[in-house]
Amino acid sequence: MSVGSTPDKFQAANLDGAQTREDNYLLASSGVGSWLFTLDHKRIGVMYLVGILVSFFLGGIFALILRAELFTGTKLFLTEDQYNQMFTLHGAVMTFLFIIPSIPAALGNFVLPVMLGQKDVAFPRMNLGSFYLWVVGAIFFLCAIIFGGLDTGWTFYTPYSVTTSTRVILALLGVFVLGFSSIFTGLNFIVTINTMRPHGMTWFKMPLFLWSIYATSIIQLLATPVLGITGLLLIAERALHIGIFDPEMGGDPVLFQHFFWFYSHPAVYIMILPAMGIISELIAVFSRKHIFGYRFIAYSSIAIALLGFLVWGHHMFVSGQSQLAAVVFSGLTFSVSIPSAIKVFNWLATMYKGSISLATPMCYALAFIFLFTIGGLTGLFLGALATDIQLHDTYFVVAHFHYVMMGGTLVAFVGGLYYWWPKMFGVMYNENAGRLFCLIVFLGFNLTFFPQFIMGARGMPRRYARYVEEFQIYHQLSTLGAFLLGIGMVGAIGVLLYSLYRGKKAPANPWGANTLEWMCSSPPPLANFDNPPPVGDPYDYSNLRYDEREGGYVTVPGPAKKTSSH
Amino acid sequence: MSDHAQPNDDSHDHGIHAHVMSMSTLFGTFAALLVLTGLTVAIYEIDFGAIDIWVAMGIATVKATLVAVYFMHLRYEKPFITLSFLFSLAFVALFISVSLMDAREYEPQVEALHNAQMQEAAE
Amino acid sequence: MTVAESTHEHDAHGHHSPEAHVAHHFESPQQQFDSGKLGIWMFLITEVLFFSGMFCAYAIYRSLHPEIFIDAAKELNAMLGALNTVVLIVSSLTMAWAVRAAQLSQKKLLIVLLWITLALAGVFLGVKTVEYTTKFQHELYPGIYNHFAQEQYPTVADKYVSKENQASGGAEHATEAPAHGEEHSEEHGSTPATGEHEEHAHAEAGGHAHAEAGGHGHGGAQGVRNIHIFFGIYYMMTGIHAIHIIGGMGAIGWLIYRANKGEFSSEYFGPVDYVGLYWHLVDLIWIYLFPLLYLIH
Ligand code: HEM
Ligand SMILES: [Cu+2]
Repeated sequence: MSVGSTPDKFQAANLDGAQTREDNYLLASSGVGSWLFTLDHKRIGVMYLVGILVSFFLGGIFALILRAELFTGTKLFLTEDQYNQMFTLHGAVMTFLFIIPSIPAALGNFVLPVMLGQKDVAFPRMNLGSFYLWVVGAIFFLCAIIFGGLDTGWTFYTPYSVTTSTRVILALLGVFVLGFSSIFTGLNFIVTINTMRPHGMTWFKMPLFLWSIYATSIIQLLATPVLGITGLLLIAERALHIGIFDPEMGGDPVLFQHFFWFYSHPAVYIMILPAMGIISELIAVFSRKHIFGYRFIAYSSIAIALLGFLVWGHHMFVSGQSQLAAVVFSGLTFSVSIPSAIKVFNWLATMYKGSISLATPMCYALAFIFLFTIGGLTGLFLGALATDIQLHDTYFVVAHFHYVMMGGTLVAFVGGLYYWWPKMFGVMYNENAGRLFCLIVFLGFNLTFFPQFIMGARGMPRRYARYVEEFQIYHQLSTLGAFLLGIGMVGAIGVLLYSLYRGKKAPANPWGANTLEWMCSSPPPLANFDNPPPVGDPYDYSNLRYDEREGGYVTVPGPAKKTSSH
Repeated sequence: MSDHAQPNDDSHDHGIHAHVMSMSTLFGTFAALLVLTGLTVAIYEIDFGAIDIWVAMGIATVKATLVAVYFMHLRYEKPFITLSFLFSLAFVALFISVSLMDAREYEPQVEALHNAQMQEAAE
Repeated sequence: MTVAESTHEHDAHGHHSPEAHVAHHFESPQQQFDSGKLGIWMFLITEVLFFSGMFCAYAIYRSLHPEIFIDAAKELNAMLGALNTVVLIVSSLTMAWAVRAAQLSQKKLLIVLLWITLALAGVFLGVKTVEYTTKFQHELYPGIYNHFAQEQYPTVADKYVSKENQASGGAEHATEAPAHGEEHSEEHGSTPATGEHEEHAHAEAGGHAHAEAGGHGHGGAQGVRNIHIFFGIYYMMTGIHAIHIIGGMGAIGWLIYRANKGEFSSEYFGPVDYVGLYWHLVDLIWIYLFPLLYLIH
């Protein structure tokens, strides 16, 4: 089981059927207990993946119900109150249960230690604890849904959150616990990356995915605790009326918004940074070219993480914030677009003259670049003071954040899932089916959300169950798109699940990537590596050749590598 | 970010390298903390006017620094840890100062509203 | 480990049973220790930001409404606050000393020091309980249960608090704590007119029993509006701090249990060090809470 740079060795072992249980983490032990109490980061990652996909499915059902109701401007099947609950639950489930943990906790957990050539993260027990906190948080959310719902919007703004009769406290407890789950993940990753990089992997030889996860973890550590205390203070406000956020008791609701957005704006970078990390990997591998501007991409991750803390007030332009603060925040908001644009340009430059292969992950990466660019550019309209007065709380905002969150993060997540799927489960999915559903997702997504830009700019407010005639056509297009998107998503996940039963056996390195996770067998052995494999430039593909027999790439002794490995 | 990915492999002794605080440092720190607590309480009676709170916070910060540097032996840790800690304090400062700046800016409006409401109720 | 201990009492670089406490994914005890150290510090950073929310609320209300703080802080007992400060400082000393004992493989001393730390934490909580109880006797509860809040916001009180549970009015504690009452009326001879107004407005509009605030001994309630905000902040800050103390006691208890089994020595003392760091941070936060809450004028 010794691991070198020659993945073919494992392959041979696997084909011979000489595999021992230790050679495959999925088979290393069996029984429900072996999963529930596992300390193996790979299994924890898989459990997270299941939980996250279930949440996504739940949030998606809510979304489709919303969209169906909006097919006409009059009541179809939801009362106004039910509609309010539905969009709140959709938003809260999607943000807190799905998108924040999606890439770091599910994919990151699986990939990060293997990318570092290590056996596990620094604190395996805390890792499992983080998963169970996620489960507890999800249970709180479920309780809130069952025992009366929630209708404050995922933002919990006071004073309404103090007076509504729905289950605010249960949901806040859920948010609190989920926050700790997220903190533990981030803490674990920071320590792992700091202290456990293998010999030869300096900071600037780390894969860019790790840089982005590191930047994300910084935000998780610095911002999430503020969400925790905000939740506790709001619980106290609701239970005891302590008068900090509630104007009825002399408190200040604008202060609540400061607290909330001090976390929640950086949180959108918790969502998007890991996605950018995945895209950096995908673009390089599938263009078979060294990533362009490595250092710029790495530094821009950190820059985004830090600048992200300076702009929270752009959510409060029309909520009573002072003019001074509004002007400052508006100006700072534009600064975040610089590092984001740096990334996009570097990806494009990487593709330039590359030999691009349109495997499914790459299709998602291209979709990401397109959608994220639209999402990002429309953000500038919202960051500009004057235009935001018109656009605030309209469907323009809804379209903007769905382009970034769904078009960005979700698409990158699915792309990453397709990319690492062979590594995670040792099987290849059907490439054509994968591409087909990627196309459906892309079309459905644009059909759903592009009309929302138009109606938003024309004044259709968000969070309304009813609307006037003039908006009907946009809403109907959007609803059609939503169902198309739904089909696309179910199909995309279906293709992966199907491969578990019918998929071809995956080679160790199906894509010809040069990061360390492809140097162990697929799926990895229980301990990943006996000793960390030699570290080279993660984006140097010159020594990898496609091997027909393997169905994947193997390392060939080629021209001397540009950078020494060991 | 100067810390190394790997502990030096050449150290084949298995002990852990960590500073052991001397008894005199521990008790010296302790005594200083007690004195400063006494000082905080003693000057409480003196009225410094507007800078009252800054005096109290200043002393508290000296105490906190003593705790961090000696009891938490930050002095002997890798600089990365000290930097991270200071870095986090910068974010605390950012959070508090910007929120405070904004609240002070819009406070007159809140006050005006309050007075108007009182007026109304009185009529 | 016990064998190791007796043979190598003071040898910080023993060469035996090194793998006893090294998890499989670490390469050396040093790497494990460094990871744990970095991990606990990262955790402390989250704690700092967690508390920062309350400090932020404090800063804003104190800056905008200093009168609330000046007035309400009179209700706190600075001596008890000072006592607790000293208690925590002593416990920090014993904790830091315990880390040293662990590093030097002084098992007995380690256990004794941990017990003392634990006991001091208990004393701290005891004093806290006394403080809270006196507050409660004066109906200085958090939020709308606070009698100041009920006097100022009678309609809100009616909405959320049943009649039986509403404050019985200030008249009794004026006699309970006469010194207090006098102090207050002196302090606030020059109360702003708006505050006065407000009380009357309520008295007339609500016709509420508690609105006879005029007969009430606490000068503060008449002059300064929103006194309850101080108590909200006070209870949140000290309450959440106390929860951290309780958490710390759990951790120290766990250390004592492991120390009794002889698990700590010069080769493996990480957990003692980490819990110690946590304990010092809790102390460090109290160092700020004390002057901020108790010493205001
Ligand atoms: C990555 C996945 C998604 C995320 C993270 C997400 C997030 C959110 C958030 C945060 C809100 C705001 C809720 C609020 O106002 O409190 C929202 C609203 C909404 N979302 Fe999504 N969403 C996702 C996917 C979808 C999909 C796939 C659809 C439709 C097919 C959809 C349709 C809607 C609708 C209709 C609203 C309500 C707009 C309103 O009435 O203001 N979302 N979403
Ligand atoms: Cu934002």
